[in-house]
This record gives sequence, structure tokens and C-alpha cells, in this order.
Amino acid sequence: MNGLIMSILVDEKSRVVVQGITGREGAFHTRQMIDYGTAVAAGVTPGKGGQTAEGVPVFNTVQEAVDKEGVNVSCIFVPPPFASDAIMEAADAGLGVIVCITEGIPVLDSVKVAAFLRRRNSVLIGPNCPGIISPGKTKVGIMPGPIHRRGGIGVISRSGTLTYEVVEQLSKVGLGQSTCIGIGGDPIIGTTFIDHLQRFKEDPETEGVVLIGEIGGTAEEEAAKYIEKEFPKPVIAFIAGQTAPPGRRMGHAGAIISGGEGKAEDKIKALQAAEIAVVLYLPNLGKTALDVMKRT
Amino acid sequence: MKLHEYQAKEIFRKSGIPTPNGELVTEVDQTTKAIQNVKGPPWVVKAQVHAGGRGKGGGVQLAHSPDQVVSSVQSMLGKPLVTKQTGPGGVIMHQVLIEEGIDIDREFYLSMIIDRAVAMPAMIFSQAGGMEIEEVASRSPELILKEHADPATGWMPYQGRKLVYKLDSPLSPEASRALMAIMANVVKLFMSHDCSLLEINPLVTTMDGKVVALDAKLNIDDNSLYRHKELHALDDPREKEPLEVEAEKYDINYIRLDGNIGAMVNGAGLAMATMDVIKLAGAEPANFLDVGGGASQEMVTKGIEIILKDPRVKAILINIFGGILRCDVLARGLLEAAKHTEIRAPLIVRLEGTNVEEGREILRNSGLKFLVAKDLAEAAELVAKQVS
Repeated sequence: MNGLIMSILVDEKSRVVVQGITGREGAFHTRQMIDYGTAVAAGVTPGKGGQTAEGVPVFNTVQEAVDKEGVNVSCIFVPPPFASDAIMEAADAGLGVIVCITEGIPVLDSVKVAAFLRRRNSVLIGPNCPGIISPGKTKVGIMPGPIHRRGGIGVISRSGTLTYEVVEQLSKVGLGQSTCIGIGGDPIIGTTFIDHLQRFKEDPETEGVVLIGEIGGTAEEEAAKYIEKEFPKPVIAFIAGQTAPPGRRMGHAGAIISGGEGKAEDKIKALQAAEIAVVLYLPNLGKTALDVMKRT
Repeated sequence: MKLHEYQAKEIFRKSGIPTPNGELVTEVDQTTKAIQNVKGPPWVVKAQVHAGGRGKGGGVQLAHSPDQVVSSVQSMLGKPLVTKQTGPGGVIMHQVLIEEGIDIDREFYLSMIIDRAVAMPAMIFSQAGGMEIEEVASRSPELILKEHADPATGWMPYQGRKLVYKLDSPLSPEASRALMAIMANVVKLFMSHDCSLLEINPLVTTMDGKVVALDAKLNIDDNSLYRHKELHALDDPREKEPLEVEAEKYDINYIRLDGNIGAMVNGAGLAMATMDVIKLAGAEPANFLDVGGGASQEMVTKGIEIILKDPRVKAILINIFGGILRCDVLARGLLEAAKHTEIRAPLIVRLEGTNVEEGREILRNSGLKFLVAKDLAEAAELVAKQVS
């Protein structure tokens, strides 16, 4: 947990370095982050140190960005072959939070990253994620800012655009968000549902949590057990992939039903057994969340 | 990416994992020569298809004479094989593997997977080989042993000892050593080839004390293919739906399903959820199609074209929540598709997110007939209306 409880993980004091700032996506989303109000203090592209991109100074290494600009959060847009190196560089430079947007990192690279991070104090969000936003304070990622509203719902999701859909529904029914975290669609990711549930439990601003899972793995089942035993705030859940065929990788590298494990049905059952409100028909999510929050 | 058994076994042999000798046959004429090169009788004739459950479907046949081998090969090549994984139409058997029959003493199960929960590769070993491991797992989980390969150290010899010396009845010293060597080689192969799954079921000991991989399943992590050109070349597009092969060329995630509502969505989670919504609204999705978070205009164009090539499609739902993919890019991609392809099915469009106003503006001024839904609920209703 590293004592990181601040609305959670990021806030207006976060100073962000964008790794891969001179790439097409890196540049576009740096601009979007700055427009949202995020303090993007530096960019890193090896070999382009000394330039500026989107009005932000570019450095050759993350360490330089730390030394000269005091950055403490990274947002990574580096292509898959170089992304695991970029994550390790950010962790080595001591950044507290590393958000890796990159999709397509080989899973054995992520195995090495996970081993590396066990000996460091960084929290990795992603890879293959939309990032993290604390509405009205800062956004570190690629989610469309205007759909969010400041409020009391924490959102944790394995997906990107599905999270936007959910957030929009929440905002429309008047449920703002304290922090929304995309934990990533890869089989190996830096943080789990439980890591963030623990943070939301301690965060006074968060009154309830929306958990968005999908087929593959058993993270939702584990979250259900944790919630039942230790999480006092209301939780609303949605699981994508009720109609997904087994054995097929559904877009996300981690979204695959294999060896009878990872079915939406089992996840929904586990969540319901823990008395969590599970939304089956996505268009109903906002309304259901409102009902659940009103009851408590 | 899945490899065929014969491809996996070739990699096994190069990696120090013994397999039976065998020869691949793609024409019936090649059979006689193949039999001369492979020890027998008996021989085993195995259909080379990606689908599992081959044995029960008649895709694995034992032959006691050269004539029987020929008739087995004849009964397979060019014919469909139906297993519980193929659907009722089955898959065509384009090639068969003729292998020497092995005198089996004991059967084991050995596999390597990525254990997501601990972020490490894990070896799964069981003395209950030859049956479906899911069945063993549910009936007698104590027979399934798991050992992780730490990326810092790799596989250590003690881990092999831990597994092999735990067997209820001990193996001969030679077989124990051979099995431990195979375990170490499995881990090396798994790491060096960026596997997502390696499975040997059964791994057998023979009457003369050898350890041999009788079957072989090898999946390569798609994300790693950029650094394994030699493995990528082993991909067999005949095993996939033609539209899936075409989608792959453009980096589009497309999976054919059984319904008649085409769907194009950006992002895997939203694409799955959109399929679920279509189903719950009373219709059936014809496909999963994720143009990806960062789709280009060309990908959007190709995506629509691919959906329209499916003759079953009666209506199309486009559900885009702009993030990396901006709504204006989506809209331009749609217009481009309409220039080249007749949009023969009603098109329901739901746009939201980054540059949504610009995207909607482009669609409004296009002169094309779209049914624009204001949100997902309305989109689902419109879809259901089109097919009811």
C-alpha cells in the first residue's frame, strides 16, 4: 500500500512525466491531460532531451525528469517492445505511481516487470489500461475528461472504453466519482481490485465502489471474498463477456475463458454470493448504482 | 497463436523433450513412404487440427498394418472432424501425423501456464495423465501439483525433485532423471519461445524406461510474435474463420459468433458488454469486433467491410466511446467505407467521448442514413427492432 492514500493515488499535487511524449498518442494525450488541469511537468523520449513537446520539457531519462522537475507520477505511451523497460526505468527513478497505457506487452515481459517491482515501492497501474482520474483534480491517462464528475463513487475496472460508458451513466444519474482506475486488460497487471478496494476503504471521500470485471482469471472472485469479509461500503459490479465463447481471446490478452476458469457466470455468482449488486444489463448500471447508494 | 501438434513436437525435439518419431502426410499418396520411415506396427494416425477432443471424434486412430494406416489416412484427409470444440460442421483435416506406436507403462500430465495470480509461469504436474485435467482438478485436486518458475532464477533442480519424488509409486532412477530433465527443458522452451501454454497430455514412461511426450500442445503469446518471426510463420490460417484471418491483417480483433447483429466497438471490454446487451435486448450478436483503443480511420473502414461480408448480418450496431480513438476518426472511417461498399443493412450508431460533436457533425452532413442512438439503451432497442 506504500501509504499512498490521496483521493486515491493521484491528486492535484501529482507532477506527471509522460514517457513517450513525442509519439502520436503521447503528444495528443499530453495535450488532453494539460487541458484537464493535470500538472504534466516533463516528458521523456530517449535521444530527444532538451526539446520541448506540448510546451513541456523533454528529457532523455526519467531520473533527469525527477531531478529537474520533481515528477512523482509517470504515464507511459511507449510501444510494446520497449514498454517493460520504461516501467522499470520509472520504478528505478522512485516514482510512486506508474500508469502504463501501452497495449500489447508480451506476458513474459510483464512477469519480469512484476518481479522487478516486488523489490521497489512503486504502484503500477496497467499495463493496457486507460489510467487513473480523480475528477476535478487530475487525470493521468487517456479517458475523456468531460464525462467525469467529482463525487463519492470509486470505480475500478479491467477495461477502458467500458469504464467510460459506466462513468457516463454514473455522472448522468448524479453520482460523481472520487477516483476511477483502469487496472488493465492484460493477464498480468500491476494492481488488483483488492489493492484499490483497500485504498477506497480508507478514503473518506469514497462512499461506494463500482467494480467492472470481465471474463478471464479469478480476480473478481477474489475481490468478492475480500468485499464480503472486509469491505464495508456498498459495491455495484458488472462483468463483461456473458456471451463470450470459451477458448477465445476477446480483444484483451487477459480476457479468455480457459480450462473452465474465467467464466462470467462464475464471477457473477461469486459476487452475488457476497451480496454484491451485480448489474446484468449494462444500460441499467447508473440507475442500479443510484438505487444502491440511496439505500445506504 | 496455436501451433499444430507436429509443429510443437518438432520444437520439443529441438528443445530436448523426446517425442515419438513421426511423419506428416498431406496427400494419401505420401502414406506408403511415410510408413517406411516410421517404426511400426502399430502406428498412430493423428489429425492435425487445432481443435481439442480429437480422439473421441475419430481424429486419432490406431493402425496395426500398412493397409490400415492407408485407410485411416484416407478416412481423414479432406474430411471434416467434429469434436466438442468444433461445432456441428467440424473442421477439415488437411494434414495427418503418422507416428510410431509407443508401449506405454505409465501416463502423466505436464503443462506450463502463466499463473496470473502470482505473475509467474507455473508448471502443473499430475500422475493422473491421459485424462482431462479439468476433470482431475474437480475430482481429485490433491493429484495436481504446481511449481512456479521464478523469473530471477529460472527453474531450479530441486523443483523437479519435489515433483518427481512425490509420486505415489517411484519411477526408476533413469526415468526419474529423464523426467526431471524434461521439466527443466519445458521451462526453457516456454520462456525462450514466449509460450502462453505448453501442455503434454499424456507424458508417458515406456516399457523400456524412456520418458516421451505422446501429445503436444503449444500456444504462443500473440503479443510476442514481433520477436518470433520463425514461429509466426507456422501460423495456419486454414484453422480459422476466413473473416478472422482478414481482420487479423488489419490488427482488428474479430471473432465470429452465431447471431445476425454485426457489431463494431472500440475497446474489448465495451465490445464484450455490447454483445451482452444485444443478447439481453432479445437479439444475437454475429460477431465480436474490437477495432482497438487506438484504431485508425482505415481500421474502421475495414471493420465495417468485414462485418458486411458476413451474409447473415441483418443490422449493424456501432458503439464507440472515444478515448484514444476519436469520434471524428470513426466518422470519417464510416464515410470512407460507404464509398466502397454498399451499406446493405441498417446501421445504428452510438457515439460518445473524445471529439464526439465533431464526429456527429460529420455523420449528419454525410447524407448517409444512420440511425443515431443517444445512448446504449436506445441503441439496444433500435437493434432489437431491426430484427424483430
